[in-house]
Amino acid sequence: MPDTGTSDAFVAFERVQKSYDGETLVVKDLNLTLPKGEFLTMLGPSGSGKTTCLMMLAGFETATHGEIKLDGVSINNIPPHKRGIGMVFQNYALFPHMTVAENLAFPLEVRKIGKSEREKKVKRALDMVEMGAFGGRRPAQLSGGQQQRIALARALVFEPELVLMDEPLGALDKQLREKMQFEITNLAHSLGITTVYVTHDQTEALTMSDRVAVFNDGRIQQLAPPDELYEAPQNSFVAQFIGENNTLEGVVTEVKGDVCTVKLDDGEIIEAQPVNVSKVGERTRVSIRPERVEVNKERLQEGAHTLKAKVLEFIYMGDIFRTRLSVAGNNDFVIKTRNAPDQIRLKPGEEIEIGWLPQDCRALDAP
Amino acid sequence: MTDATGDGSQSGPMLAADGTPLKKSLARALRMQKMRALMLIAPLLLFVLVTFIAPIADMLFRSVENQIVSDTIPNTTAVLEEWDGEGLPPEAAFEAAYYDIFLAAERKEHTKLGTRLNYELTGASSLFRKSGRGLDDIGEVYQDQFKDLDRDWDEAEPWAELMGDPAWLSAQAAWTKGERQPAFALRDGVSDILPKTAREYAVFARYQQTEENKSPLKEEPWTAVHTALYEDLKAGDLSGYTGPRAEMLKAADALVDSPDFETITFQAGFEDIDEDWLAPDIWRTIKLYSSSYTSGYFLNSVDMQLTPDGPEARPENERIYMLLFQRTLFMSLVITFSCILLGYPVAYILSNLPSRTANLLMILVLLPFWTSLLVRTSAWKVMLQQQGVINDVLVWLGLVADDARLAMINNQFGTIVAMTHILLPFMILPMFSVMSTIPHSYVRAAKSLGATNWTTFWRVYFPQSVPGIGAGSILVFILSIGYYITPEIVGGTTGTFISNRIAYHISSSLNWGLAAALGAILLAVVLLLYWAYDKIVGIDNVKLG
Amino acid sequence: MKLTKTLLASTALTVAAGAVAAQDMTDSMTLVSWGGAYQRSQDEAYAKPYIAMHPEVSVSWDESSNEAVAKLRAMNEAGNITWDLVDVVAADAMRLCDEGLAMEYDPDELLAPAPDGTSASDDFGDMIVSDCFIPQIVYSTTVGYRTDLVGDTPPTDICAIFDLDAYPGKRSLEKRPINNMEWALYCDGVAKDDIYDVLETPEGQDQALAKLDTIKDSVVWWSAGADTPQLLADGEVIMGSTYNGRLFSVIEEQKQPVAMLWDMQVFDLDGWIIPTGLSDEALARVKDFVYFATDTQRLADQAKYISYGPARVSSAPLVGQHEELGIDMAPHMPTDPENASNTLLYNYEFWADYRDDIDAKFQAWLAQ
Repeated sequence: MPDTGTSDAFVAFERVQKSYDGETLVVKDLNLTLPKGEFLTMLGPSGSGKTTCLMMLAGFETATHGEIKLDGVSINNIPPHKRGIGMVFQNYALFPHMTVAENLAFPLEVRKIGKSEREKKVKRALDMVEMGAFGGRRPAQLSGGQQQRIALARALVFEPELVLMDEPLGALDKQLREKMQFEITNLAHSLGITTVYVTHDQTEALTMSDRVAVFNDGRIQQLAPPDELYEAPQNSFVAQFIGENNTLEGVVTEVKGDVCTVKLDDGEIIEAQPVNVSKVGERTRVSIRPERVEVNKERLQEGAHTLKAKVLEFIYMGDIFRTRLSVAGNNDFVIKTRNAPDQIRLKPGEEIEIGWLPQDCRALDAP
Repeated sequence: MTDATGDGSQSGPMLAADGTPLKKSLARALRMQKMRALMLIAPLLLFVLVTFIAPIADMLFRSVENQIVSDTIPNTTAVLEEWDGEGLPPEAAFEAAYYDIFLAAERKEHTKLGTRLNYELTGASSLFRKSGRGLDDIGEVYQDQFKDLDRDWDEAEPWAELMGDPAWLSAQAAWTKGERQPAFALRDGVSDILPKTAREYAVFARYQQTEENKSPLKEEPWTAVHTALYEDLKAGDLSGYTGPRAEMLKAADALVDSPDFETITFQAGFEDIDEDWLAPDIWRTIKLYSSSYTSGYFLNSVDMQLTPDGPEARPENERIYMLLFQRTLFMSLVITFSCILLGYPVAYILSNLPSRTANLLMILVLLPFWTSLLVRTSAWKVMLQQQGVINDVLVWLGLVADDARLAMINNQFGTIVAMTHILLPFMILPMFSVMSTIPHSYVRAAKSLGATNWTTFWRVYFPQSVPGIGAGSILVFILSIGYYITPEIVGGTTGTFISNRIAYHISSSLNWGLAAALGAILLAVVLLLYWAYDKIVGIDNVKLG
Repeated sequence: MKLTKTLLASTALTVAAGAVAAQDMTDSMTLVSWGGAYQRSQDEAYAKPYIAMHPEVSVSWDESSNEAVAKLRAMNEAGNITWDLVDVVAADAMRLCDEGLAMEYDPDELLAPAPDGTSASDDFGDMIVSDCFIPQIVYSTTVGYRTDLVGDTPPTDICAIFDLDAYPGKRSLEKRPINNMEWALYCDGVAKDDIYDVLETPEGQDQALAKLDTIKDSVVWWSAGADTPQLLADGEVIMGSTYNGRLFSVIEEQKQPVAMLWDMQVFDLDGWIIPTGLSDEALARVKDFVYFATDTQRLADQAKYISYGPARVSSAPLVGQHEELGIDMAPHMPTDPENASNTLLYNYEFWADYRDDIDAKFQAWLAQ
């Protein structure tokens, strides 16, 4: 597991395990550190343990084993309300019986901050999310996006150093979501707060985060910055989970430095970059991103590997064309081509040749 | 779309495709929808109206209705209207009462009136019962003398010939049972010479015809007619009379004028029946309650009474209703409050458990509903009585001496305990349904914002559960305010409610007017409290589920 | 012409007369009673033998006598009488009669004469306290006490109720003024014959309440006849008033340590009333049933099942043994000379007049 070392770690999970029923582990041996100011996203399918991790950090769940440290201090036995962590909930959890201003004043009130200062801070927080005029309203009178901003403002108003967000944009429509993604990242970075963000939406994870932790089956599968995650997935789960991905299954026949040869199940032999295959004879799953596949022979770069393919379906999507092919026995091989003036439009039934560079082709574990 | 509807530049109303104004055709379409919707709920609406609204309206009406007095003795009440209420009423009042009660007795309605007046004046019941039997004594004085003079005076036909219209006589003679009777008509002019007799005979004849379905030609007139005849003969001169039965009538006239003729005043007649008729009380009461509507029941309900000088408070040893109203309100509040105290934690736990466990426990909450109310109440008797389970345990533990066992039943305490137990589900259910809609995230949010457990509960959770408390409280309060079985069984003397008195007046004393007035006041109190609740808490804040 | 008309009319008359003679009777009757052992005794003594004679008749019982007056009034207002014969106490019969809800009847026409030929009106005598009331039984409200809780000198007279020194402990009394007021005055020194004269006056009423006030804290007030037997059995009270039949069952059937105090028992009557407004067929059936059910033998038979005295003089010698226990019932009758040495008869006229007034005072006193 990658580890940036505990010295500058602001938040640290050390060998954390969690079980609800005493039989199965929901979180298996989690080690994770993040430095101050980082925006970290926990990404994964539902049931992968990401929310449990967040809740353990917030203090609503206790770790079955291991330690969680905040700023070097173990917080395992500190109740949630003493942790001083800001949190934004999936459905915002704005108190319906209080006005917006009262909601914002709540964390300040329980901290016994004087009235005038409270008001000042509430106003500043509202201005920060551009909701200055809405202090007197009830949450029910606000739109989803507005509620989201208030929830954010409330999590920030008491100036926590760490903010947790549990799928906060899940209930918004696409456009608003994109806008809020941008705003949240901006705000987090400009205030310099450390953020742990949970989502199952990979786009959100890629666009917002400094680093992304991909969760599956109670483990972090890969912890990396977004580009690395996309370009260099460490295993087939990550490759599959992040972005669109084509896989071809086969057996490693030769490993030579950073190139390996794979004999696909239909007998074709291709070259690929070995990622987590090491032995000859090992089964592997070769991953190629759809946009790295070239159908126009003339554009094929040198060293490109070609394969025969049959067009099964052609979908016009505006900015791109999406074509489903049958390649080496895989009928779900998808390629994406840009809608350029010189781009060819394939027809179903057409027999074509496709090609890609071996370095875009990653031989990963076959589960 | 036609141009007509879409063209905004056109002046005048928007038109639908067929040229009718858009508003009109919209209204028609909506009306059709409404009508259909109304048809759909019509059976229910009718059911509610018939079984719910109508009885309440009827009850409210009964609390002021008092037509029985003026309906039963209309002439008496008319005469008494002139009377100033001092001393005894004039002879005319006795006379009117004689004829009125006589007819009422024939109809068997005088005892009803007696019962009604007995609510206001003790003794009226037997007074009227006796009078129904005794009034014949007055008339018989005259009947006997007339009969002795001429047997025809006690025969049906001579009377009919004297009083009836010839056309009616022949029609009546031809009448056979099963047909419609020809309506009785007085002979022309008979009302002028024998006004009272004519009136009383007409009353008699019509009574026979309509209520007994008997022919006046076959029935001897009752004694009130003879009394009336005497009155007429005494007052008038019949020497010039030439109509039918002139001989008989003139002879009777002569008899009446003779000094030997025995007479009795109405007042004396009433005195013979019961001396109470010579006390002004009964007359004052009749006068006081002669109007068709009365505030008497309502005054009674608030421990007051109607007197000739206006409403005044009842003697102290008869005041009970205000005490019971206060006690009912107070105990209902205590019961509601104890239900909140006991029900809130239960509802809270239930709403926070996994639904399987919650459902199982909910059955325990609902279990009492499946047992008869009487069984549950009686079970409390076994628990709470002096030789009961709790006292036995306390004695066994040495906390209470054997000869100083606690009195926990047949008093307010017993009622409060038993009713709290019985009404608890009504508190828990709405609370539970409200609490289970409060997301956990609110609590977590509050804690993450730095609130302690108590602050989280008090500032965040509790305010959101208030609608459940409100709904439960309204349910429990309104139910308990009208409860009577449990207080009757375990309430003893200090734990009974106003409803127990209402039940008593409905089923035992039959004073439905008073019961209705008490019920109406109770209804008004509930509505008032509901209104106050709406003002203070807001009825929007009540969620029943 | 005239002849034919007359002939026709007379034929019609004959037909009509025939119809009256063999008048149709309904085949079902709804009898209203009190439920429990009492209703069972009526079913055994009256209804079953009647059905045995008339197999086509079905009888259903409605246990509503408790609220018969109110229900009859409601039925009457709704114009739908569903009861054919109603068992009520005499006071209720009187009220129903006053309200016009019960039918007045002629005893000698409706009821069977005694076996020796005595007319029904003579055989029942004073028991016919209202023109609508068909007497059935004499019962009494009397006092029972726990033999094991009253010490060595068991109470012998009614005033033991008021004697907290000799008999400390709770006692149960009915939650209404009737009987209690009489006993209170009697034990306060008022002569038995003067009781109602005294009770008529506000002072007398106050006197009675004052006497009751001396034991108020020790009284458990009952409203259902089953309460006192239960309270006695539980040992909740050491003595209490209830109907003599209930006490009989506690003593003889359940063998509880309870004994009866017959002193100053208050006689009351229970019987039938026929609701007004029955159809001719229903009325004919009810009359037929009543004629049978109130004859000398039937009234005597009822005493086999319950310890209430038959209302007919001629029935008394025929009272036999209890159907199950096999004990002689005569000594358990309230009317037995041994038991009836000092009694009071419920004063219907008085209570019809004073019930509302005194009840208000009584309840106000209770509530304070």
